[in-house]
Amino acid sequence: MKTVGKSVKKIDSLSLSTGRMKFYDDYSFPDEAYIKMLFSPHAHAKILSIDTSQAEKIDGVIDILHFKNVPRILHTTAGQGFPEPSPYDAVMFDNIMRFVGDRVAAVLAETPAIAIEAISRIKVEYEILEAVFDYEKSMDKGTTVLHSEKDKKYPIPIPYYPEKNIAAEVNIDIGNLEQGIVESDYRFEETFYTHYGAHAMLEPHGVVTYLDENNRLVIITATQVPFHVRRICAMVLQIPIKKIRVIKPRIGGGFGGKQEVFLEYVAGLFTLRTGRPAKIVYTRAEVFQSSRTRHPMRVTIRSGLNKNGQIHALGIEALMNTGAYGSHALTVLSNGGSKVLPLTNKVPHQRFAGTTVYTNLPVGGAYRGYGATQSYFAVGQVMDMMARKIDLDVLDFYKQNTIKVGESSPIFEKLGEGKEGVKMIVDSCGLEECIDLGAKEIGWNSKRNKRIINGTRARGVGMVCLMQGSGIPRIDMGAAYMKMNEDGSFNLDIGATDIGTGSDTILGQIAAETLGVDIEDIIVLSSDTDQTPFDVGAYASSTTFISGEAVRKCALKIKEEIFKVASEMANIPIEKLELKNKQVIWTGGKLDFKDICIYALYTNNQLQIQATASNIADVSPPPFSAHFAEVEVDTATGEFSIVKYVAAVDCGTAINPKLAEGQVEGAVVNGLCWALTEEYKFNENGKMVNADFGRYKIFTAADLPDLKTILVPTYEPSGPYGAKSVSEIAINGPGPAIANAIYDAVGIRIHSLPLTAEKIYEKLKQK
Amino acid sequence: MNLFVNGKKITTSASLTMRLVDFLRENLELTGTKEGCGEGECGACSVIIDGELINSCLVILGQVQNKSIITIEGLDEPEISAAFEETGAVQCGFCTPGMIIASSVLLAKNPSPEENEIKKAISGNLCRCTGYTKIIEAIKKAGKEKQCGTSN
Repeated sequence: MKTVGKSVKKIDSLSLSTGRMKFYDDYSFPDEAYIKMLFSPHAHAKILSIDTSQAEKIDGVIDILHFKNVPRILHTTAGQGFPEPSPYDAVMFDNIMRFVGDRVAAVLAETPAIAIEAISRIKVEYEILEAVFDYEKSMDKGTTVLHSEKDKKYPIPIPYYPEKNIAAEVNIDIGNLEQGIVESDYRFEETFYTHYGAHAMLEPHGVVTYLDENNRLVIITATQVPFHVRRICAMVLQIPIKKIRVIKPRIGGGFGGKQEVFLEYVAGLFTLRTGRPAKIVYTRAEVFQSSRTRHPMRVTIRSGLNKNGQIHALGIEALMNTGAYGSHALTVLSNGGSKVLPLTNKVPHQRFAGTTVYTNLPVGGAYRGYGATQSYFAVGQVMDMMARKIDLDVLDFYKQNTIKVGESSPIFEKLGEGKEGVKMIVDSCGLEECIDLGAKEIGWNSKRNKRIINGTRARGVGMVCLMQGSGIPRIDMGAAYMKMNEDGSFNLDIGATDIGTGSDTILGQIAAETLGVDIEDIIVLSSDTDQTPFDVGAYASSTTFISGEAVRKCALKIKEEIFKVASEMANIPIEKLELKNKQVIWTGGKLDFKDICIYALYTNNQLQIQATASNIADVSPPPFSAHFAEVEVDTATGEFSIVKYVAAVDCGTAINPKLAEGQVEGAVVNGLCWALTEEYKFNENGKMVNADFGRYKIFTAADLPDLKTILVPTYEPSGPYGAKSVSEIAINGPGPAIANAIYDAVGIRIHSLPLTAEKIYEKLKQK
Repeated sequence: MNLFVNGKKITTSASLTMRLVDFLRENLELTGTKEGCGEGECGACSVIIDGELINSCLVILGQVQNKSIITIEGLDEPEISAAFEETGAVQCGFCTPGMIIASSVLLAKNPSPEENEIKKAISGNLCRCTGYTKIIEAIKKAGKEKQCGTSN
């Protein structure tokens, strides 16, 4: 292959590195006005009165929005396809505040400083309500209810009991878990806790809106889902979709956090009301507290193991905290089963039982890994415990119990996204090679169970195996449009949303490969709802797999169109034509692309060589991965360091290996920080007390351990040029791999994240 | 007051308490300098002031009278940009201008830095996309390229 599989330069990297590419905040318009929000200081309160008169008197205040002057349109901010598998439990501005950081009002003013001043002059009288902060108590009888309004519901039939603070429930059984556990030689029951996490993308959330010359609302926004933004804004603002254009500029990272749609319609409403361009840029503290987070989860694993190493029963019981609103409450939960249980597909008795509850804390949302991350922290450690119980090397234990090519899992069919899943056979799986290569790189055989001691410091190694998916089968759709230009170049217009991942480049490579041209001959335009076809957006590890295949199909149609014109020009049957080096060739002749296009546009039977294609998938082929960690623990203090971390990943064909490695490295480091140093800290009133990068610690380069990424190529027949997904899977590894390594070093098991020296020290003391 | 931005003398009557990052982005429309946190923790707003790496969100105009400021738009470091491009060190690109500014300050002082020196030099610049690995590789490569350029 000429372009696919090559690390061509990311097409926007030079313009990004010289600061020329524009992000939403780099756009400014004449007469632009600025928005600031007033946020609730209370975790649970009812607004008794709101008085904006003093704020309105300030020179430069243009407009103020609050629950009394905006329509009450129930919706979900989840930014999913329609109808969404998330409860409609949010409105633009409400009279009930459900977490510290919920929004009370917004001010539009001539300058940000005036808007801030105006915010401080809004007088709000609250009735403080009882708040629930402990998600394990949300469902208790007598606990305060967050969503008591009768009209809150899912737009699809999903069990929903807001009167009990339950935002979602999932229950599936394969075989009979209880019976399976009783029948097993060894039984396990362990409970784990995962914590809140911030996406901490470097670019804060924000949007700028204006009216174009035809009075249409233009929304330039930091989003992963431009087409969903358009649909949701049309609904909340009660204007037709045709009145809205959404443009995605460059996006400064998303990781799921920018799938949420919660700022666009506020700016949009100001612009509609005043005619003024309106911009909002969240501060970093606002991003931490008032955007979205990773849902915390309690995961109890109950399993049964036979002496022969076969897992006989495996049950995951999850309790998930969605915070004040149920964004992704169902699907993050269900992915804690659907992206985890199929890995050990031959277990005859399986269960996934999950409940999502509301609390008066920050709102959960989509976050890279999407429920699988939480679940793997638990399952990954129980796998280690089970292998140790029967003195089996955990590598062999995984090889014995994990899914192979040609095999399926009943979970694929039983557990989908808001509905049943799809039957699926695994057609590509490089997991065993990932295990072998990763083990070799970390030095597994010479280090495992060796507890190499140096003074007070002990070393250990641990690992975990992972899978994820590639898009949501029969739901996610991506479309592409292409046309040919006189110089033999092509425009590629795609709805797919590059949020920094490099998807513009990868999709360009797929088009270039299919047409046998260079990446430079493909002009990529993405994510403008007026100019590109639809795409669900950047989520669920879908873009390369779903949108990539749409591009391949589209380019194949273009090839047909080129052949038709060439056939007419040369009077040669299409069957005899071939495409090579930007030419159509046949025995005894050839035509340059540019001459074909000039003929098509200007000479005879004139037409535009163009095509469009849509793609959905019947399957969601899992990428697989094995992660290995080596740690050194100080047995006197509990302090520990990561000596080395290895991630071996099977993502099928890596369309662009450097960009694929970049996805793995970024996800691993994101997972490392979340597992080790990141932590939302709340005071007794439910307010986050460390909402800045000084106290919410993500890694700097100086914190980086020795990292090694290994791409293990396989060929996925359902994906474009053999590709499947790569962006999410690697974030699932660090928590369980490091916890297992700590056990290998000092023989203690940490059941909650983050993994800290204090927790290890306490356990060592008990020992 | 006067200051020099990218070699050009700027005379302004803007408030001396205006943050430098706002002056650059809004008054001079030099939007390559990004703001990620506004509190000096993320480094996206890095600029060079009289040869030193500074977060422009922590500086007000009154502090830079007659000083020379280099932003990403005025930085002439083709080797660094090229190295970032070739190694895959650019993902979303929001931290990249600041990273390149930090790299430039490092390489000016230390043309062939060790890996730990690189890590330290960019430890004031956060990146959430890349895991830093390819950025470190890019800076090593840029250092080598620049030295070749000099010795030639």
